[in-house]
Amino acid sequence: MATFTLNGVETTLDADPNMPLLWALREKAGLTGTKFGCGLAQCGACTVHLDGVPVRSCQTFVGDVEGAEVVTVEGAEGPVAEAVRAAWVALDVPQCGYCQSGQILAAVALLSETPKPSDADIDGALDGNLCRCATYHRIRAAIHDAASRLEA
Amino acid sequence: MLSNARPDLRFALKKLQSAPVSRRRFLIGATATATGLAVGFHSLPSGAAEGGTPAQSATPSPFASYIELSEEGVVTVLSSQFEMGQGSYHGLATLVVEELDCGWQAVSVVGASGNTQLYGNLMWGGVAQGTGGSTSIATSWTRYRTAAATMKAMLVAAAAEAWGVPADEIEAAEGRLVHTASGRAAGYGDFARPAAALPVPQEVTLKAPGAWSQIGNPEVKRYDRRAKTDGTQDFTLDVRLPGMLTAVMIHPPKFGATLKSFDASGAREMPGVVEVVEVSRGIAVVAEDTWSAIDASHAVTAEWDESAAEQRGSAEILAQYRELARQAPQALAREEGDALGTLAGAERVIEAEFEFPFLAHAALEPMNAVARMNEGGSLEVWGGHQIPDLYRFLASQIAEISPEQVRLHVLKTGGGFGRRAVGDGDVVVEAVEVAKALGWRAPVKVQWTRENDMRGGRYRPAYVHRLRAALGPDGKPLAWDNHIVGQSIVAGTPFAGLIRDGVDATSVEGASTLPYAIPNLRVGLTTTDVKVPVLWWRAVGSTHTAYATEVFIDELAEAAGADPVQYRLDLLADHPRHAAVLRLAAEKAGWGQALPEGRFHGVAVHESFASFVAQVAEVSMEGGQVRVHKVVCAVDCGIAVNPDTIKAQMEGGIGFGLGAILQEELTLTEGAVDQANYDSYRPLRLSQMPEVEVHIVESDASPTGVGEPGLPPIGPAVANAVAKASGRRIRVLPFEKGLNA
Repeated sequence: MATFTLNGVETTLDADPNMPLLWALREKAGLTGTKFGCGLAQCGACTVHLDGVPVRSCQTFVGDVEGAEVVTVEGAEGPVAEAVRAAWVALDVPQCGYCQSGQILAAVALLSETPKPSDADIDGALDGNLCRCATYHRIRAAIHDAASRLEA
Repeated sequence: MLSNARPDLRFALKKLQSAPVSRRRFLIGATATATGLAVGFHSLPSGAAEGGTPAQSATPSPFASYIELSEEGVVTVLSSQFEMGQGSYHGLATLVVEELDCGWQAVSVVGASGNTQLYGNLMWGGVAQGTGGSTSIATSWTRYRTAAATMKAMLVAAAAEAWGVPADEIEAAEGRLVHTASGRAAGYGDFARPAAALPVPQEVTLKAPGAWSQIGNPEVKRYDRRAKTDGTQDFTLDVRLPGMLTAVMIHPPKFGATLKSFDASGAREMPGVVEVVEVSRGIAVVAEDTWSAIDASHAVTAEWDESAAEQRGSAEILAQYRELARQAPQALAREEGDALGTLAGAERVIEAEFEFPFLAHAALEPMNAVARMNEGGSLEVWGGHQIPDLYRFLASQIAEISPEQVRLHVLKTGGGFGRRAVGDGDVVVEAVEVAKALGWRAPVKVQWTRENDMRGGRYRPAYVHRLRAALGPDGKPLAWDNHIVGQSIVAGTPFAGLIRDGVDATSVEGASTLPYAIPNLRVGLTTTDVKVPVLWWRAVGSTHTAYATEVFIDELAEAAGADPVQYRLDLLADHPRHAAVLRLAAEKAGWGQALPEGRFHGVAVHESFASFVAQVAEVSMEGGQVRVHKVVCAVDCGIAVNPDTIKAQMEGGIGFGLGAILQEELTLTEGAVDQANYDSYRPLRLSQMPEVEVHIVESDASPTGVGEPGLPPIGPAVANAVAKASGRRIRVLPFEKGLNA
């Protein structure tokens, strides 16, 4: 059992405190935008924001989020999230799309901290998010594009 | 993935057919559906009266259509082709939007299945529905455009009748019909039902290329891009059915081992666990939710009979391959002139051996499928079904029902790369077997963990290539001998018909089709017996043949003191499409011009799946590591239906291939797989991705594929640049190993 703010709404989930947040979000809260890729914090497909910081929900546990603020891809809103989505759509970033929830949340977190990131900043912030389709080339361009949109 | 242009496949898959497929005649048909109009093709068996049989009387199918139009004007494309990220759904939608003139607003695409006559892959002789060999556009090119043009003609005819005006005065655009003279206008949906009652035109005229507004338009963006940025795109992982249970598998620790006994008493006591059952491929831990199943799977202990299992390590397997490569090949895939005699008498002979590891597909969505038996005895199976007809057949056998009682829901998948086209239907079989073991009392999702996926086999086979060439006084090759040693992908599968005269075409493609003019040429194959399950892996044989042949030809150019681009061009006089992409990539990359200090260019060109790709890689060595800065890519895939998708597939193929040559390697120790997750099996990361520039050759040739052909040249292009940068030819992959070999 944990009570926390999920996408802006106070939520109580009846789940074992040792259950990974990933599975609680997906199967208890019904938010399936957060994906399972590795279960070991190696791929980033399950990235969510915990108090504004990107974390791997497969290695974050229900017991860890009591009183915290959790944002998933479904709840990512505001100017930065909108700029990121607009850039992703404009550059046609996704291929299979499976990793993109995690990529987008990682990008939103980066741009919230660093409005004008360098390529090195992007490498540092998103290297933990695997994309087996290798849309990396467009992810990098889309983050720069989103930064320009936010500046405008 | 399955290779294209292989009529042999019709023999391989014939047993799946309930009716002969040859000499079949296709008639277009249309039916009124509950919600509107559906247009597809009905086929008649050979011998049916030519032109005399109304299309509507052909065998009806509940899913028999390519396009459906609802009364609300919603256009649904029923895709015969599977979407794993490569953009097939978008490609088919583009063909439909082009000819139907319906605009993009109301278009969606769903996976279709259950009708081989409609959905059988024409590049495989139409014998089975399936996706592979980069054939989606080729098999759909005429079908879906014709279906869309037919639907539009019927809508126009219905409007003409209703409005009492000539059909040729009605304009159709953006999903609306307009008769300017009378001021009448309506949406397509308004005429969906009346159109369905009209006769179906058997001849429609497709647009001339000059009239295309969608095909070839680089501004057309993927129809599914929004759903893939807001979390609403569903995959098999996201299937939820009332009362559904989730199972996690425990597979044998070595390939070929069988279950002796297991103890699940502890697991059964754990919260959420429903049952632990044995199925043909291992043990299934069934729970009310995924995490409970994963958690409880660790509490199961099992004893395995390993007497028939593979016990060798990958190093031993590859050492054996090296020995075999120096002996005579079992079979010849190509022989022209006298390669061995020429080599024996030659003054200048160059030799090289290449070693390629097993590779995992490692798609982000681990394998999964969902099975549900309905009251009334029909079975539904949800999944990333890459070969629906095969999986329907396999599912029906387990359920002991007819294939017609099985309905497959073909869902988009989180990456495929060939992994979901499996002859024995692995995870599909597991889902149906587990549901059956539970007495069909609940729908069951089998969800593999990453560890299941990594250790589940179906790898790109390991190979060794031995190459020898004799150079003439002018430096040109007089003889070329290439001996390939490795496992057959298709042996023992429904695709075994691809083996002819002892040669599995997927083992040698790209090597046996070497385009260079060499008078004495031999390509031999030795197929090995190893119990590691292997499979097509994006670009299949060309994943290793392109590397071996394009690194070796570069080495010959170096020995001849020739420029690597010019050396190739001199040998490609009879292959203008190879030569054209090679020239284009070289020109765009500034081949031969000065590069920044420490940067070097390497080049490669390769044909796969009837598309031609050349790449120039710009590389430096940093701290003993290879850094790829930029790749310039030229592609000729015939008519470019979706230029932006083509670019995306080249970019993706380059990234996928680069990870493989730099650092991916699946190894075994005493028969057990060493890697389990992405910490030890490491695909390319963002920081390693080069800048990519793609140039598409303008062409009016029939469209060919792009899902795979972007991959083969990247390895050799980078290796050839590394040879200049470091003086070393990397002949053992991945580079991390080869640089230290």
